[in-house]
Amino acid sequence: MITLNDYLIASGLLFAIGLAGVVLRRNIIVIFMCLEMMLSAANLSLVAFSRYKTVNGLPDYNGQMLVFFIITVAAAEVAVGLAIIVALFRSRHTVHVEDISSMKG
Amino acid sequence: MPQFLFYIFVAIMLGFAAAVVFLRNPVSSALSLVASFAGLAALYISLSAYFVGTLQILVYAGAVMVLFLFIIMLMDIKAEARRKINKIAVVGGAALVLGLVVQLAGVATAFNEGKTTMDSRPIDYKAALASREAAGLKTETINTDLKNETLPDAKLVGETLFSRYNLHLQIVGVILLVATVGVVVLSRREDKTATAADQPTSAS
Repeated sequence: MITLNDYLIASGLLFAIGLAGVVLRRNIIVIFMCLEMMLSAANLSLVAFSRYKTVNGLPDYNGQMLVFFIITVAAAEVAVGLAIIVALFRSRHTVHVEDISSMKG
Repeated sequence: MPQFLFYIFVAIMLGFAAAVVFLRNPVSSALSLVASFAGLAALYISLSAYFVGTLQILVYAGAVMVLFLFIIMLMDIKAEARRKINKIAVVGGAALVLGLVVQLAGVATAFNEGKTTMDSRPIDYKAALASREAAGLKTETINTDLKNETLPDAKLVGETLFSRYNLHLQIVGVILLVATVGVVVLSRREDKTATAADQPTSAS
């Protein structure tokens, strides 16, 4: 049978792939997509905990509320982040993070 | 849910997620992420979180990824040219990710609660109905659904959202408003002469 650990390991592997993307890729849009992937991985573990910790025979809906709020905030974050990337592309004409080093110490 | 379906959906989710990282063209990456989110939505539905699964498809695979594709095509980004790879960064990144996976495996083996199966935590409609009636929750549609032994997932999410998390919902509404205003401010051109030059003249 499928245990809670199966879902948690799937979620952790998705998070690890997202982290690998953020560290290894140099395209700022792909880095941003990998950030979304990491947020979704956290959501998966929250939903799994919500289902496996039943309260009075129903899933614990407090966990799913947190998922709802994370999805909302992530949507707002994507809108703002992409606007920043577009503004950056307008002034620098690049999406390659190694070309954007004016704040490097 | 049969166990093989779980593995199929996990394979779809992780396989396309790996494709996001390893494909060089940003458009392929974005489309792989859509497929990965579809697999993730299937996993949500396997956890009987129908509302969250639908939201994942509508908001992430629909709205957010369309926004990404729109920006990629607006900026007309070509596939990344192969640059000289910084070996230290690649090795460091791979070590960081491997360390995370090893930590995860260690935690998963030590976590005893994690060994509960879904069969040992069934959805108990009778107990749910009894506890709702004891608490004085009389929402007609939810109680009827529980009596008919179907899970009123979206209705329960709505009930929790508008009773216990009402204030949080309104704060999230303000956040969305602030984000919208912020995006408008960010995408406005600051250079006044440039905007004047861009205005279509009456002659053209």
